[in-house]
Amino acid sequence: MFATLDQVFVLLEHWLVGFLPAGWQPAAGVVLSVAVIVCLFPALFALTVLLERKGLGRMQNRIGPNRVGPFGILQPIADAIKSLTKEDIVPTRADGVVHFLAPVVQVVAVFMGFAVLPMGRNMTLVKMDASLLFYFAIGASTELSVFMAGWSSRNKYSLLGAMRAVAQMISYEVPLLMSSVAVVMIAGSLSLDKIVEAQNHYSWGLPHWYIFTPWGFAGFVLFAIAATAETNRSPFDLPEGESELVAGYHTEYSGFKFALFFLGEYLAMFSISGLGTTLFLGGWSAPFSFLGRVPSWIWFFGKLLVSMCVFIWMRGTLPRLRQDQLMNFAWKFVLPLTMLNLMVAALWHFLGDGWARWAVCSAILAVSYVGMAWVEMRSQHFGARSYRYAE
Amino acid sequence: MLGEGILKGMAETAKNFFGSYFSAERLTTVQYPEERIAPIEATRDFPFLVYDGADWEAGLRCVACQICEKECPPKCIYIEKSADKKPDYVGKPQFYPAKFDIDISVCMSCQICVEVCPFEAIKMDTEFELSTPDRFGGLLLDRKQLAKPNEHYHKIHPTEAAQVDARLAEGKAKADTRQTNAAIAAAVKGAEIPARPPAGGD
Repeated sequence: MFATLDQVFVLLEHWLVGFLPAGWQPAAGVVLSVAVIVCLFPALFALTVLLERKGLGRMQNRIGPNRVGPFGILQPIADAIKSLTKEDIVPTRADGVVHFLAPVVQVVAVFMGFAVLPMGRNMTLVKMDASLLFYFAIGASTELSVFMAGWSSRNKYSLLGAMRAVAQMISYEVPLLMSSVAVVMIAGSLSLDKIVEAQNHYSWGLPHWYIFTPWGFAGFVLFAIAATAETNRSPFDLPEGESELVAGYHTEYSGFKFALFFLGEYLAMFSISGLGTTLFLGGWSAPFSFLGRVPSWIWFFGKLLVSMCVFIWMRGTLPRLRQDQLMNFAWKFVLPLTMLNLMVAALWHFLGDGWARWAVCSAILAVSYVGMAWVEMRSQHFGARSYRYAE
Repeated sequence: MLGEGILKGMAETAKNFFGSYFSAERLTTVQYPEERIAPIEATRDFPFLVYDGADWEAGLRCVACQICEKECPPKCIYIEKSADKKPDYVGKPQFYPAKFDIDISVCMSCQICVEVCPFEAIKMDTEFELSTPDRFGGLLLDRKQLAKPNEHYHKIHPTEAAQVDARLAEGKAKADTRQTNAAIAAAVKGAEIPARPPAGGD
């Protein structure tokens, strides 16, 4: 019974595909899974936008949308109708083809990332041996779409926003990769399925997720910071800083193209949350062994939604960084710490079982965090800046 | 330490979020069309013309002196003086505005017209729901739309209206005394001239 529920989508797919001739079955199965992903995540996007608007409102002591339907729950439908019926304006001197392609490339690239995420037991669309590598290769092409949008719009705000976005995304791509490499070192595989399997065992009812190790915790925090910057989310939303750049690289987009960018941004958040979940939070595995009978996909999507809530929570709390703070933070703090984390992960591996590796690894990470933060804050690479005014 | 402030801030927003479900005073939003807060007494937006009595046309205090038209910074008032005269509230014959238009799309609610008016004829209103599908004609108010009774003024700005009424009553009393004195003087003069002794004088 529980096993059936766990595999319900897999079985459903097999049953549906079973109606077709045997030669078509593999292709049909892939098409069916792709269709499900392409429908499911935009639906989740609508839900998240509503959650975000309501939640942000509450955090800022407002009510949030409450007019469309009971408690405003039909707001996403109203938003969708609005953006679909809006006029699509392309600037006269814009590069039409690139301008059109940019949002498409963004959404397609982000959707490709979902192909390798294990969304439940046996629920990976493409089982690849190097799926993490594939994920990062595909993820890097969103930078291309952002720059295409900024360049083709022929607008100074768009271009400035795109420049910022590219600088930021390239800077944070490095710590993002480096913090995942620690997981690869310990799990011994680039395959996301194998990484989940490596975390999916329990002692005393508690899981062996990587976040519950010193290097995993540090790696997760660094990964979360880099992921926030990578998806251009607040407090790293400089590329679309509305106070200085109108809307950044999508200034010149309206109607459905803008909606596509919006969709792409949220899909990127889902996908990076899914990756973070897979790498550090045990993917689809249950948080306690006695909950193991609950379907695995519930855990994956539950963890995904929790991380989205944290994204929203951070957006409701933190103000936007300055450009120099952003860059200093990436290159002088996050990157050195991820490098150190690699060493610590290696140490963890070679120290063997026992309490000694816990103490040594935690101490190294804590001391270096506190020390580096102290030095950086003193040299004002980030934190408050003091001004000296002319007399 | 680095990150401490972030955690504090996140705790604060979490408190806001959960607190908003338990204490209603955290959410200060007023659901406008359904709920309204009574405007404070000093509220003002666009001017209106005060009239006394029941008939708005006869009771208009405005004498078309055009001071407000000249003083209006964005020049949103347009007045045409009448050809004939009508007695005002003290009974003195005065011009009246044959046309008095205010373009509220231009008006900046500065209240200068109110301050310069010597006849207490123009005052600030509190009516703000003035949206209209016709942005030119619909926002150009003529004297009929602008005319509002003194009772309305008392309702929206009670203290100020009471002061204005006292001033007007004082002015009317003064004018009445002057009139009575003049009448008496004229009567006395008419009666006294023949009876005055030739050597008398003052």
